[in-house]
Formats: sequence, structure tokens, C-alpha cells
Amino acid sequence: MNKPFTPSSASNTGLSSTGPGGDTGPDKSERAGRRATIDIVNASLGRRYRAERRFRFIGMSAVVIGLAFVAILFADIIGKGYSAFQQTYIRLTVDFAAEVIDPEGTRDRAVLSDANYLKLARDALAARFPEVTQRADKQALFGLLSPGAPQQLREMVMADPGIIGTTREVWVLADDDADMFMKGRSTPIDIQRGAGLASLIPVEGGADDQIQVLSTANDFSDIMSDLDDFRTEDRVDATSPGAQEELTPEMPSHLVAINGGLVKVQQATSAAVIGTLIKPLATATDAQPGQWATMRFGTPENDRRLKDPVVAWIYDLGEAGDIEKRFNSLFFTQGASREPELAGIAGALMGSFYTLVLTLLLSFPVGVGAALYLEEFAPRNWLTDLIEVNINNLAAVPSIIFGLLGLAVFINFFGIPRSTPLVGALVLTFMTLPTIIIASRSALQSVPPSIREAALGVGASPLQTQFHHVLPLAIPGMLTGAILGMARALGETAPLLMIGMVAFIVDTPTGFLSPSTVLPVQIYLWADSPEVGFVERTSAAILVLLAFLAVMNLAAVLLRRKFERRW
Amino acid sequence: MNAIAEDITRMTGAMTADDLAPLRDFSGTVGDFTSPQARMVCRNVDVHYGDKHAIKNVSLDIGRNEVVAMIGPSGCGKSTFLRCLNRMNDTVPGCRVRGRITLDGQDIYDKQQDVVPLRAQVGMVFQKPNPFPKSIYENVAYGPRIHGLTNDKIELDALVETSLRKAGLWDEVKDRLQQPGTGLSGGQQQRLCIARTIAVSPEVILMDEPCSALDPIATARIEELIDELREQYSIAIVTHSMQQAARVSQRTAYFHLGDLVEVGETSQIFTNPSHKLTEDYITGRFG
Repeated sequence: MNKPFTPSSASNTGLSSTGPGGDTGPDKSERAGRRATIDIVNASLGRRYRAERRFRFIGMSAVVIGLAFVAILFADIIGKGYSAFQQTYIRLTVDFAAEVIDPEGTRDRAVLSDANYLKLARDALAARFPEVTQRADKQALFGLLSPGAPQQLREMVMADPGIIGTTREVWVLADDDADMFMKGRSTPIDIQRGAGLASLIPVEGGADDQIQVLSTANDFSDIMSDLDDFRTEDRVDATSPGAQEELTPEMPSHLVAINGGLVKVQQATSAAVIGTLIKPLATATDAQPGQWATMRFGTPENDRRLKDPVVAWIYDLGEAGDIEKRFNSLFFTQGASREPELAGIAGALMGSFYTLVLTLLLSFPVGVGAALYLEEFAPRNWLTDLIEVNINNLAAVPSIIFGLLGLAVFINFFGIPRSTPLVGALVLTFMTLPTIIIASRSALQSVPPSIREAALGVGASPLQTQFHHVLPLAIPGMLTGAILGMARALGETAPLLMIGMVAFIVDTPTGFLSPSTVLPVQIYLWADSPEVGFVERTSAAILVLLAFLAVMNLAAVLLRRKFERRW
Repeated sequence: MNAIAEDITRMTGAMTADDLAPLRDFSGTVGDFTSPQARMVCRNVDVHYGDKHAIKNVSLDIGRNEVVAMIGPSGCGKSTFLRCLNRMNDTVPGCRVRGRITLDGQDIYDKQQDVVPLRAQVGMVFQKPNPFPKSIYENVAYGPRIHGLTNDKIELDALVETSLRKAGLWDEVKDRLQQPGTGLSGGQQQRLCIARTIAVSPEVILMDEPCSALDPIATARIEELIDELREQYSIAIVTHSMQQAARVSQRTAYFHLGDLVEVGETSQIFTNPSHKLTEDYITGRFG
């Protein structure tokens, strides 16, 4: 309902609370009319400054939040990836027995190459652990060795056949399970020094390798609390306080390291544990406080690939200094592999290198040429307008479309071999061309027209004007655009999937026509792999990719600084 | 119109409908636009920028060893006309030039005429000093080098020195020839541009307000230089400063809204203009 505004109706509806009189409105406007400009300005100052402070606060918050997310991202990647730059090696005393490698003594390279180096490596490991006799245990023990270990021995022999018949100490690659354990990735390890005096008592009526460990202090409280956590209701009813309880493989493992041996705890009370010796004791005497330790592996044995006996062997190797983490040079020299410890980024890096070099060689001259022509020589008509609009549109086309185009045109029509840097570079050229053309055109536009006039004025031809004067001034901007385009191409995955660069390629590519993959695709492949060892390698490869991107962007900034000229 | 209003108009310098009357029935240039020793001859030149008729039927000669000044209010077409003389307008989209312009009898808008040699013969100095962002030496040597005017480094060095001497810049820059030309002062930069122009030994030098970005001292140096250069070259200069036109030129052409209103001896134009528009302009009633 539309009532004319009157003071009474306003006060009725509660819109106005100022006084009873209806004369406030005219009075106010009269006062405003008399107010000096400075008063009006002063009155609005507070609001203006508040608006500015609010804006600054919002801006700062946005920056802080953005940086925080970047920091989290980097912390996550670095936290996961740094360990990939180290690799676990095992020291073996290898007997390069002539009867295994070359029984006939021909020293023929084919014979040397085909010899059974796996047997050499396994024999050396078996000799290191003479107490392991069971077939199943031996299989588990040999699992500590990477498939790369015999490879290493073969390379040693091929490089120097003179070592046949000698015995050498060799650091061989450990399997990824052992590697993950050494890096603490397979289970969290919690070691506590024993606080009390520990004494060892053989278990009456038990097996030979069973033993009871008693402590004078409360050293087994961790085990008890784990037991509490896993105790089911019916077990609560079944057990009386102080009774011995069984540890199951569904629970975190507890080991006692004492007198050079390892006891895997199977039953526990708060004062004593009974367990199996998975590593023999050196002596059976009592251990002083601090001379023995309890270890807790947070991941239950059932959920681990590395069972407790294997852990005992690793522990033994570690005690003797025969297992250690070293710089992982294989990561930078090897191609793809199904074995995480043998997988490296060399193949992907070289693939990226060949692809990017070719992309730059193809897209920079074409892009700069197109920009020069469109900007400086082409007549302005509907055709060039159409080209211009389309170039700008192409910059926004999803990259996978370029991949489909490459598949249809380059591979299916022109028959260029797939998964090669050549076809990859052609596709990436399509993708980077719009970027380079747009950047180059804006670089050309920023060259002052007076330079062109000056050159034309002394009689330079249009081409001379462009190449002698305009281009040198525009080239830093063009290079910046090209490097940013290249950085985008370096990180591109989708179009390359379409043209077969997603293939599993072990060999490092040697040219523009050898099958290869690229770094981001390698990351994609590794991220898909089930082995735990690939998690850290994925993150490490991301770190390498990010490092390259950072270097390229830095180069763009430096180039711009260096060649930036004033006129 | 009553007398008081007329007085006010005269005092304020505003133009009235009566003042514009001569323009409406403009029928040609007052004064003699020919030169006895003509080097460049322009006849019935019309220039259109798209729909805009920028130059209307202009005829003017530029003679040997003389400085022709072109004056007129902003937008009168004097710069456009100047840029026709070495076909710099070719680079402007939508610009059409009609009429006949010859250099030593050769039609410069002939289809056979190549603009590159034309611009080597008709050099140009621009309003804003625009040295290349290269060394002083390279600035001067660029023209001779692209035209192949010298056979070796020694000749080129000599040519650079001569050009810089003619431009009166040699003594100031001889010790820093390899330093960037953009590092010089404004007046020095403009003289460097003049040196660059005369290094290719043109016959005619066009100057488009060469002193408008300079201080009075630098302006005086350039004006002196123009006077010296007259010995060897024909010079056409566009200027906004009537004093400058009076100081440096022998003949003066007054442009108004695309028309060449009056041409004559500089002394005559400034002391005894024949056309009312010229008179109004030089006496400062408008412009």
C-alpha cells in the first residue's frame, strides 16, 4: 500500500525514532546547506580510511592464505620426496667365483654377460647369515636384494674381468621394501632404552628359541597399553589382572634388543615378556639399564611387507654397518622401471629435453615471424582480423584438443612415429604458438614508433627497420613470452597422453625419433603405481620438475632485466 | 554587429564569422610559391586521411640552398605536407596522396620510384629526438652502412667524423663515440639525429619542429646549425615558433586548415603579409 510519507506514519511504523516533531528533515538539510565543505570532507574521512584499511586487510589476508597453501604444498612434496634422493645399499662380501661366472675360463664377453650373478649375490648374502637355513626364510632373506644387485655385479665384471676369482666388498642395491623400512616409511619405529636391569630366563617347556625377559623397571608398559587397546570384550572377561596375554599379528610388533640378540615379544605382563629369538643372543647374562632396548613397530606385522625376521636381519646388518643410505645417483641416471629402487628420471628428463628443444626451435621462429608479419607488414583487413581473433582463441583451447589434433594429423595422417619427441614437439608447438605470438606482438607494440620513423627516415627498408631496430628492442619481451610458453609446455601432460608418450619406456631416449616419455607424464605414471617406493619418487620427480620450472621462470626474469633498454 | 562587440572581439582575439570569410571563398595561394632554383616541386597536392581532407591543393617549391619555413596553427597540415616530401605518409594507414611532387624532376610518387633511395635523398629530422638505442658511432654509421656508401672502416670513420662535425657535435662526443646515443642531452640528441640524417648526404632535409622539445640554448645551437647546413642542403622546416621561422628561413609558407594561404620571402611575410589570415596569425590574433 502506498501511503504518502508523513512524520506521523513514519513514527507509527517505527522508521523514525527522532523526536515527536516532523520538522527534523527540513532542519537537517538546512544545516547541511550551511556546513562548510571542509566539515563534509572531514566527516567522510573516517569512512574513507576505514574502507582503505579494510581493503588492505583483505588483500593481506588473501596473500597470506595463498602463501600458506603454497607452503603446505611444498612442505608436503618435500616431506614426501626428499628421501628419494637417498637409496639403501647393503655391503656384501662377494666371491666372484670363476666356476660360477666362467667355468670354462674362456673370458668370452657373451659368457660373462650371461653368467648367473644372482647366484653370486645370493651366495654372498647367505654366507652373511649362516643361521638362515629354511627354504622359506632364505627366500625372505634374498628378498632384501634388489633385482638390480646382480646387474651391478655383472657391470663390475664386464668392466674388469680381472676380478673373477677374487673376493670383493660390494655395496649392492637393497630392495625397495628394505629401503622403505630404512627410511621409516613401512612402519613408525619407536625405540626406548631399558630403564631396569633385565634378566633372561629360558622358558620351561617352551621351544629352544623361546625366552623370557624380566625387567626390574616398568619397561613393558607400552606393550601393555597396546594390549589394552586391542583387547576385545570377551578377552577382558577371560583374563584376570596380571595374567599373560598373547600379542597377535594384528597388533603393533614389539621387539626386545638385548645382548646382541632380538626377541620378538609374544606374551607379556607388566614385568616380563616371553618371546621368540629371531636373532640369537651373544650371551645370556643380565643386561644393565640402558644396555638393552625395547622397539615398537607401529604398523602390525600383518600389514607390512617386511616381516619381523627380515627386520631382524636388517637390524643385524645395521649393527655391523653393512647397510646404509647413500646418495641416490640412480634416480638421475636410470630410466623407468617396475622396481622403485631402479626407477629414475633420466629417461623422462632426456625426453623432456629433446621435446622442449624441438618445441623451441619450431615455435619461436614461427611465432616471432607470425607476430612480425601480423603486427608490422600485414594489411589491416577482415582476413587478418579473423586470424588475430583465432590466435587469441587458440590460446584458450584445452590442451587435450591439441593432443587429439596431433594424433589425427601427425600420427594418423602424416605417419610420424608415435611417442617420439618429434610428434610431442609438434603438438606442444601448436600449444605454445599462440602464447608466443601474443607475447611477441605486445613486445613489438611496446617499441616506440619513433624508432621505426628514425630508421625509415634514413632510408632503411621496412625489413631492415624491423630486423635492425625493432626486433632487437622487442626480443627481450619475446624471449620472456617464449620461456613462459616453454615452461607451460614442460609441465604439459594431457596432449602428450594422446600421442603415446605415456608408454612405459625403459631406455633413455637418444634422439628426436626414439620413443620417450616426459617428466610430467612420468610423474603421472609413478603416481599410479602401487608400490610404496614410488610415492617418494613421485614427489621427488615433482621437485625436479618444479626446480626446472623455477629456473626457466627465473631465466625469463633475468633476460628481461638484462636486455631491458630505455629510450 | 555593433561596434562594442567588434572591439571586444578584437581585444580578445576571438575569430568572428567575418574573419573566416576569406577562407570560405579561398581560391588559391597568395604569393609566389615557385622557386627559381627549385629542387622539390609540389603541384596541386591533396592528402586524405580516410574521410578527412588534410591537404587541399597545395603547390610549393623548395629551392637550392634555402630554408623554407612552414608555419600555421595546429592541425593545419604543415607536418602532413612535410611528410609527403619523403613519403613518410606511406606508413600511415588510410592516407592517400594526390598531385605531383618531384625531386630534381623525378616524380617521387611514381610507381617506379623506390622509397628507399628517395629517403636517402630526402632526409628527415623529427620533433622528438629519436636516436637509435645504440652507440653514437652506430647512430651515424647506420645510414651509410645500409646504403653501402663507404668501402671500408676508415672511410666510414671519416664519414662519421665529418657528419658529426657538420652537426656541431664532434667536439662534445669524440671521446665517447661508443657510448649510447640515448645518454646525450636533448639538444645533443637532436644534433646527433641531424648528423645521422646528413651522413647519407641527402639533397633535401625535412625538419618537423626540430626544436620543440629543446631548451632555448639548445634551440639556438640547432638554429645556427640550420643556417650552416643551408650552404649544402635544401631545408624545409615546420615550426610553431614564428620567431624561429623569421630567424632561420628565407621563404615562409603559411598553412591554414589544409590550405596553403600565403607564400613569400620571410621578411615580406612577417612585415607585410598580403592575406588577412596570415596577418592575423603572425600578429598573434589566433593560433
